[in-house]
Amino acid sequence: MLKAHQGAEVDIIDRLLTPFGLVRAGVAPDHPETKIVINQFTRVVQHERCSFFGNVTLGSSISLAELRELYHVVVLAYGAESDRDLGIPGEDLSGIHSAREFVWWYNGHPDGKNLNPDLKSTDTAIILGQGNVALDVARILLRPTTELATTDIASHALAALNQSSIRKVYLVGRRGPVQAACTAKELREVLGIKDLYIHIKEVDLLKSSEDEYSQRLSRLIENLMSVLRRTGHVAGVHFEKTVLKGAFLSMNTSDGLGVGPGKQVAEGTGKFEDLDCGMVLKSIGYKSVPVDGLPFDHQKGVVPNASGRVLTDALGDQTLLEKGLYVCGWLKRGPTGIIATNLYCAEETVASISQDLEQGTLAAVTSLPKPGREGLLQLLDDEMLELFHSADGKR
Amino acid sequence: MFVSRISRIGVGMFKQLGRGLCTSLCRTGFLQTPYVQYWQPQFKTQLESKVFLGTLFQKHHLFSTTASGSDIVDGSEGKETISVTFVDKDGEEKNLNVPIGMSMLEAAHENDIELEGACEASLACSTCHVIVMDVEYYNKLEDPTDEENDMLDLAFGLTQTSRLGCQVIAKPELDGIRLAIPAATRNFAVDGYVPKPH
Repeated sequence: MLKAHQGAEVDIIDRLLTPFGLVRAGVAPDHPETKIVINQFTRVVQHERCSFFGNVTLGSSISLAELRELYHVVVLAYGAESDRDLGIPGEDLSGIHSAREFVWWYNGHPDGKNLNPDLKSTDTAIILGQGNVALDVARILLRPTTELATTDIASHALAALNQSSIRKVYLVGRRGPVQAACTAKELREVLGIKDLYIHIKEVDLLKSSEDEYSQRLSRLIENLMSVLRRTGHVAGVHFEKTVLKGAFLSMNTSDGLGVGPGKQVAEGTGKFEDLDCGMVLKSIGYKSVPVDGLPFDHQKGVVPNASGRVLTDALGDQTLLEKGLYVCGWLKRGPTGIIATNLYCAEETVASISQDLEQGTLAAVTSLPKPGREGLLQLLDDEMLELFHSADGKR
Repeated sequence: MFVSRISRIGVGMFKQLGRGLCTSLCRTGFLQTPYVQYWQPQFKTQLESKVFLGTLFQKHHLFSTTASGSDIVDGSEGKETISVTFVDKDGEEKNLNVPIGMSMLEAAHENDIELEGACEASLACSTCHVIVMDVEYYNKLEDPTDEENDMLDLAFGLTQTSRLGCQVIAKPELDGIRLAIPAATRNFAVDGYVPKPH
């Protein structure tokens, strides 16, 4: 935005005191190279036309409607802070956490401080899901703590991990390795960790004819499969059909069912298997949280939009747009992708904003000066005053 | 200002220091001073530079003898460069003279070319993805490492001659190479299924 519009003033608002979101809260502590992008982000925040407001929560400190009054353009980029549910019995038993919460816990996110996962009463953990988050979590659980001690892992997590009795971690997926959402780099990394043994069943590496098609087209998948097959270790991850704590999960086959490559759906075979464990981490995907006054597509878990412009109605007329309201990132596309994905996503949304400015769709809005930063500060001050008063007992 | 005193001795050192400075000055365009100053050697301050460089190198674990130091300082102006052409997403071409040993990412940043480098050359992202436009030049490059391939596979608009800009280092055989900066594709899925990383 700053680059595209020389007169633009940009305010970044976050409910946390610190900016940068997932780079701080989501990237694993043993992946410092991924966090280097913080340098770039910092330079943006230090720009003279940019300000950062922390500790301001959309929905409580300020409403969406108020924000839209204050600013010509509002871009929502608050990501996905909730989780997909398994929808199976026993999901709320103790010892079951979402991977997201676990990641927040070891990254020192303020909302993750009190998780207190019990790592001492069991030697086995099961992670449901096979994306990079699942791998991250498995790695943090099993990496020698001497190695973790030199990272920026939260101290309460390091202390707990030092006392952890967990020695075995299963990664479980409904579908096959071709559909696994983890990437080669992370798999390669986990195969190289000292004293860490990886097991995979050969039968789980068999591809179906549908898989063959995907593989020919994708170098990524070839890489992945070769990483899994490499001898030297008994290589791979336990893609196992499993059952937890008395609840039953069905086995899978990926049998195409006439849908596109990679979209194969797991189907039960009626065969079951039990695995004992003391901890389960659900890593089956994030979900965005809606906010008052924001159109939301509950089925897809995103804000309905056209190239970043928020649509008034998820299912209705696709030309009805919310003026001055845009969306970007996971809130726009769903919780997938890497840094580069979000880079392009941002470019698309900014292009939409620029286009709207040029074409005058925003004109009615921009011809009137808006309070902007001043207005925000005023509103927050008033709020502080209110809180102060009520604490006084005057209300 | 101390920056201008530093002569290019080694790619490693350059990467450490230059990276941070390059990206801030070139990409964001906030500063008015032309970046070309960076390259002009300060003959008068050779002695000072060497002492200064000496201390810097201790920090960065790089070694510099006085002999090589003076060689480079003297030869900076006439140092071997190759011609590299960047073609941006709108088709605009920019021709550069890139010193041997510099990566394409650094060269781009030096010259205000919009090539992202989020992880600053640590092989932790794919934002400096470039497409080598002529397959002969592509073949002259050393094979990518597994680590580069892992990142490249996640890049958008991947082609058979794609490489990461931070891993392509200028050498005499690459004189005349043309690199295209891929346009962001609306269609985030590469043809055929790619498991969405997250």
